[in-house]
Amino acid sequence: MSDSYLPEGLPLPNTGDPLSAPYWEAARQGKLRIQKCRGCGAWQWGPEWICHRCHSFDLAWDDVEGHGRIYSYQRPHHPVHPALNGHGPYIVALVELPHAGNVRMVGNLLGDPRLPVQIGAPVQAVFEPHDSADPPFTLVQWRLA
Amino acid sequence: MRTLRGKTAIVGIGETTYYRHGQSPDAEFKLALIAIVNACKDAGIDPHDIDGFASYGNDRSDAGRLAAALGVKELRFSNMFWGGGGGGVCGAVGNAAAAVATGMADCVVAFRSLAQGQFARYGRGSGAPLAGGDDQFLFPYGLMSPAQRFAMKVTRFMHDHGIRQEALRAISLACYRHAQNNPNAVMRGRPLDAAKYDDSRWIIEPFFHLYDCCQENDGAAAVIVVPADRARDFPHKPSYLLACAQGCDHRSAAPVHNMPNYPGSHFAQLAPRLYDMAKLTPADMGIVQCYENFTGGVLMSLVEHGLVRADEANDFLIPENLYAPDGRMPLNTSGGNLAECYMHGLELVNESVRQIRGTATNQVKRNDTAIVIGGPMVTPVSSLILGSEAVL
Repeated sequence: MSDSYLPEGLPLPNTGDPLSAPYWEAARQGKLRIQKCRGCGAWQWGPEWICHRCHSFDLAWDDVEGHGRIYSYQRPHHPVHPALNGHGPYIVALVELPHAGNVRMVGNLLGDPRLPVQIGAPVQAVFEPHDSADPPFTLVQWRLA
Repeated sequence: MRTLRGKTAIVGIGETTYYRHGQSPDAEFKLALIAIVNACKDAGIDPHDIDGFASYGNDRSDAGRLAAALGVKELRFSNMFWGGGGGGVCGAVGNAAAAVATGMADCVVAFRSLAQGQFARYGRGSGAPLAGGDDQFLFPYGLMSPAQRFAMKVTRFMHDHGIRQEALRAISLACYRHAQNNPNAVMRGRPLDAAKYDDSRWIIEPFFHLYDCCQENDGAAAVIVVPADRARDFPHKPSYLLACAQGCDHRSAAPVHNMPNYPGSHFAQLAPRLYDMAKLTPADMGIVQCYENFTGGVLMSLVEHGLVRADEANDFLIPENLYAPDGRMPLNTSGGNLAECYMHGLELVNESVRQIRGTATNQVKRNDTAIVIGGPMVTPVSSLILGSEAVL
């Protein structure tokens, strides 16, 4: 039994993807890191090979504060994967990051999955390690601030 | 001015029996052949004379193989519209029309074939152990089905405009009501009422009841596109292609739900081009067929095409306004993806042609002009306006 929000057995993130590896490495260290263009300063999420604004290929990563607000959400009931059979409901939140150009991230909203969710509510990043996975990884999750 | 308006027409439509997913006795490729042969019969043409194929949604029935199996004399055009699901349904018809209008081909089939029993279903997540690309930021959070990919757009749209569940319920009720008169509708004999809708289980809160979600089906459907100057040589009243538009909004496919126009269905920039080409307005559309993978997508697509105003959606989207024949805007008059068949929207094109001909089972009165709106979730998306000779 693990301490993760969702049951074990869901697809694992490909943390070896060269485009996203800096993000996953930072998450292991408890940091939220988002892609940022060195050419024009535009934030991008998820990571791209090119800046959509200035077309620079010189894309860097910046640590950002783990503060966001709920932009939208859903509460799935129907299991879409065998690992979720008999589980649920659970909450998936779309969180925008005011400190990173309002890019949006998907995560789970930790806590009672049956409570009402308020769009606009401030949330705080929580790092959820999956140490026994091979390779180990850490998910960025969210809780009400 | 460069335009597709009035240069081509649909002169034949065909479909298979529609089945619940996994129930087709026929292989997917055979379903495609049946639908195409039926469309040829409807048009009174010999399948040997087809010279092109256009499809979408990564259809597995390959154009070269279809041409060989049908004994096509000379294959002159084959085309696949990018994107999964039904985003490309109208684009495939438009691509067929573009080939015909530019002289690349003379008789092009636009079709879709789908046997989910033979292949994988859509409503389940991937069985792969590792998620890459965009999915690495979604799947580990339990976000993987089409409904889930779309749900947060609907949540935000409903929130922004104060739209209530009853508006979505009206869309579902209209589709199920229309299916009851349609002999080929999979949900014929399974009527829906408000109480049954309200009592149905949640797929996803806050806006996806079971009956807000489409079926998954097996079947195939096809239309035949020819030059307008030959359209009157065929047995049925032609449906002229007045406009097709495809594409999406600025950065609609931005990763991890970062498209700038998030609460929407990708038609905001496309719809004005569609009406410009057709030289018509939303008020001219007597026939409205709008792709429903989920009712929330219908709502956003109708709004983006100017057919419903977001601030009037609660008042306008009531069942009686959407019912044929007397509603103010009869919607999905054959039952659509929800209740006729999830034929990735090609059933909506066929129904538009039947309405223009005057042969639909739920015939509307104002039947000179039809709008068909493709799948609102994937990118690119597409939509189409068809009309009778009277509006040429």
